[in-house]
Amino acid sequence: MSVLVNGDTKIICQGYTGAAGLFHSKNSLDYGTKLVAGVTPGKGGQVIDGVPVYDTVREAKDATGATVSMIYVPAAFTADAICEAVDAELDLAVTITEGIPVADMAFVKDFMKGSDTLLLGPNCPGIITPVTETAGCKIGIMPAYIHKPGRVGIVSRSGTLTYEAVWQVTSNDMGQSTCIGIGGDPIKGLDFIECLKLFQDDADTDGIIMIGEIGGTAEEEACEFITEYVKKPVVGFIAGATAPPGKRMGHAGAIISGGKGTAADKKAAMAKAGVHVCDTPSVLGETMKKVLG
Amino acid sequence: MGNRLCGGASLTCLPSEVMNIHEYQAKQLLAKFGVPVSKGIPCTTADEVHKAFDTLGEPLAVVKAQIHAGGRGKAGGVKLVRSADEAKAVAEELIGKTLVTHQTGPEGREVKQLYVEAGSDIDRELYLAVVMDRAAQAPVVIAAAEGGVDIEELAESRPEAIAHHRVHPVKGLMGFQARAICKHLGLTGAEAKAGGKLVASLVKAFMATDCSLAEINPMIVTKGGEVIALDAKMGFDSNALFRHPEVMEYRDLNEEDPKEVEAKKHDLSYIALDGNIGCMVNGAGLAMSTMDVIQLKGGSPANFLDVGGGANKEQVTNAFKILLSDKNVKGLLVNIFGGIMKCDTIAEGVIAAAKETGLSLPLVVRLEGTNVELGRKLLDEAGLNLQTASSLDEAAEKIVKAIA
Repeated sequence: MSVLVNGDTKIICQGYTGAAGLFHSKNSLDYGTKLVAGVTPGKGGQVIDGVPVYDTVREAKDATGATVSMIYVPAAFTADAICEAVDAELDLAVTITEGIPVADMAFVKDFMKGSDTLLLGPNCPGIITPVTETAGCKIGIMPAYIHKPGRVGIVSRSGTLTYEAVWQVTSNDMGQSTCIGIGGDPIKGLDFIECLKLFQDDADTDGIIMIGEIGGTAEEEACEFITEYVKKPVVGFIAGATAPPGKRMGHAGAIISGGKGTAADKKAAMAKAGVHVCDTPSVLGETMKKVLG
Repeated sequence: MGNRLCGGASLTCLPSEVMNIHEYQAKQLLAKFGVPVSKGIPCTTADEVHKAFDTLGEPLAVVKAQIHAGGRGKAGGVKLVRSADEAKAVAEELIGKTLVTHQTGPEGREVKQLYVEAGSDIDRELYLAVVMDRAAQAPVVIAAAEGGVDIEELAESRPEAIAHHRVHPVKGLMGFQARAICKHLGLTGAEAKAGGKLVASLVKAFMATDCSLAEINPMIVTKGGEVIALDAKMGFDSNALFRHPEVMEYRDLNEEDPKEVEAKKHDLSYIALDGNIGCMVNGAGLAMSTMDVIQLKGGSPANFLDVGGGANKEQVTNAFKILLSDKNVKGLLVNIFGGIMKCDTIAEGVIAAAKETGLSLPLVVRLEGTNVELGRKLLDEAGLNLQTASSLDEAAEKIVKAIA
């Protein structure tokens, strides 16, 4: 099975006709993803690379029955694009774009209150569910070839570090159920807890790899959730143990970070929750293999 | 809520993702939004300081070093003066001096600008700040009735003395919140009214400029009952600068590491550290992990550098040049997980960059991704002082050994 998206999920691409939209959409299509429409205001009516383009998300949804959007709209306009997807009542908006002003995301989260639409990202590599060795549902910029269908779920804040984990799972004769990149922005959509719950509830995921980094307390909160709810084995890694604390401006930085959000804190929280903590990403694959027996 | 608030204290909230400005600039900006500040004149020479004292026409003035860091007072960067001559003497001592505060790091910061401000008749000092908080997903006002330089100790010893109020990300600060904040600050009557206005103006300024952090420490109540921002520190969301040319004007390149400035020009994300192994990686998480593994293997990273998704020949060459401009660097580690970029393309880039920069230092390259075998072959046959590695651990071990 998988979580959130599978081989039949129909997706649209917002920002389809931009360079990034076209390039990554083509890669998704080559992987067999059911990309059924593109959206770029003003370009409705065209067909590019075999994909019909619409002016609005709602038109694209009504014409195709798509339920998920992949967003490559430039940072200055991304908040608007997400809101449009939410307003059109899509199930999931996957926002790849990076560099979105934090205040815009604060607004988007407020706009989304009461909506059932899920947000992934922004500033994330996307989500992928491999279905065969060469095909599946690829919503984002990840390299398709490193993935293989299987039973390990992966949730990560990082991009290329996720690929490292995926590669090791594949190289250790296992495969992925779904890989979710939640992204690196401070105000974001789905976080660790939601993804861990999805994997715990997924009949076809046996083990979970969780990749975090310094900053904020999402991993610590996730570990409390793991203790309550997650029974499947979790293998974890935290990037940034050696990163220096940020150059502080004023005292507020010290007060508000209050020493929390360090790699050491997160690793300790993971260990306490029974997560198998790796000190280097190079052993993620073999650790998962061992843990799954 | 206290310990769950976000600073810009991590690499995912990269320090370089917040653009800081000087105190005098923050005061100019805040004054535009109605925040009361004392009269002040920015200066770059001792003569200007002399003149400024007279222009201000007050019996008491303060000469303040302008650097992008706090803790200046404790380090001797803030001096009370009672005459133009005294002001000038202080200026002569401060200009060009390297100030080391607990926020500059041991290398300190050179003072190039001063701010001469009219002295105030301080009755009491308070603390006020607004910060973009990831847990609250909105701006949060932080207030304490005990301002000045010991706020960090207060946060540790008596966190209940600090009030937090979440600001609606669209509507802004509500009247009842301003009143609650003033009550917490111990303001009454006319002072409460003035304080309420100041807080509201501060939040307005914060939201109107895509600010990430605005700190007023101290906010003072004068003996005459005025409520004034005696210090101001502001840092702005770099992602939003495209829509704030007025904030961009305040950028001070002198306060930024020249390597970081150069990197930004080429769309590279670079942060200088103090080790001796230069790193080039694609992706922030992988870059941090690379630094972590180098340390685990007994080495010391000289930098964080994320070359991003565009590791072509030009970008790799730009990156190499920046890494090599750090005189501490004794060897380089390249770790690229090529997704869209093919490994042979990356290998060609690395080889060309090494040749163009005349690289003679040890180089370890770890590539993974499309066409990896071809990429490794090209590297092996390039005739350079380089080794390849197939895992991150192996790469870190090899470079640490190579520079030993």
